[in-house]
Amino acid sequence: MLAVVGLLVFGLVSKGSSGIALGDPAPEPVLPRLEGGGTGSLADYRGRWVLVNFWASWCIPCREEAPALERFQRQHGGPKFTVLGIDSRDLTGDGRAFVEEYGLTYPQLRDGDGAAARDYGTTGVPENFLVDPAGKVRLLVRGPITEEQLRETVAPLLPGGSS
Amino acid sequence: MRARPGAAVLAVLALLSLASLTPAAFAAEPRPSLTQLEEEVMCPVCGTLLQLAEAPQAQRQKAFISRLIDEGRSKEQIKDALVAEYGEEVLALPEGSGFNLSAYLVPIVAFLLAAVALAVGVVRWRRAGDQDRPSGGNRPGGPTGADSERLDADLARYDL
Repeated sequence: MLAVVGLLVFGLVSKGSSGIALGDPAPEPVLPRLEGGGTGSLADYRGRWVLVNFWASWCIPCREEAPALERFQRQHGGPKFTVLGIDSRDLTGDGRAFVEEYGLTYPQLRDGDGAAARDYGTTGVPENFLVDPAGKVRLLVRGPITEEQLRETVAPLLPGGSS
Repeated sequence: MRARPGAAVLAVLALLSLASLTPAAFAAEPRPSLTQLEEEVMCPVCGTLLQLAEAPQAQRQKAFISRLIDEGRSKEQIKDALVAEYGEEVLALPEGSGFNLSAYLVPIVAFLLAAVALAVGVVRWRRAGDQDRPSGGNRPGGPTGADSERLDADLARYDL
């Protein structure tokens, strides 16, 4: 009986994470890099604004969003801002092909088992989290982020505040 | 040069043993099928068996498995490759080691505990039944105290 109750409690606790809210510290799991080997983490970019983008190659909206993200990275990427892609529940080869197909230049991590996506409480892909230089979540976009949202919502928050 | 009969016999025996071993070696590792693997792995995005999943991610996973089958990989090698891509949760049946071993041990332990509890319960129930019986050794349907007294009196009359 005790064992059954214990298992029920464990199940409730393990599924109890409902994600993160604005102002919460962003999770910083260490993940393998999608390309080039080694590992990386959001913590590597502390001091910069980071747009964490969860995506997968099999996700159609991710394909629509990727060119806008790349353009935004080319405009704003540097010592004060970067997009950080996290390829979630995807095959490594498919993810690499996606990066190549869209010419993505921003850093990419791999979240094969979806653990990082669970840490962020995502409900699917794509989802975007803007993290400030102190590591706090400042903006959350569930679903694909559009060029307009990037220009009108994300850009004003970045140093300089212009689009 | 003379051929040695013993060497010839050994060579024939060696060939025969090779001929008999080769089919067995192939039989030990049958080529896996996509259908077979679909029943044993999960679609990580859908949370269902891969065979029930039609999501785009599941289609990519099926294509990946088919490619590995075509490359001649064994079932275990394909499962290992899937675990490397998606983690342990891709396996429908957990590995029998580490924490995952509890998936197999917990039901066995629960069954044993239930069996012990049932046995103890039966023993207690029987003991309680014994205590509830009337004292004096009378059994249900047997002679009462009055019957015994009358029997003793009757026997006394027929003193042999």
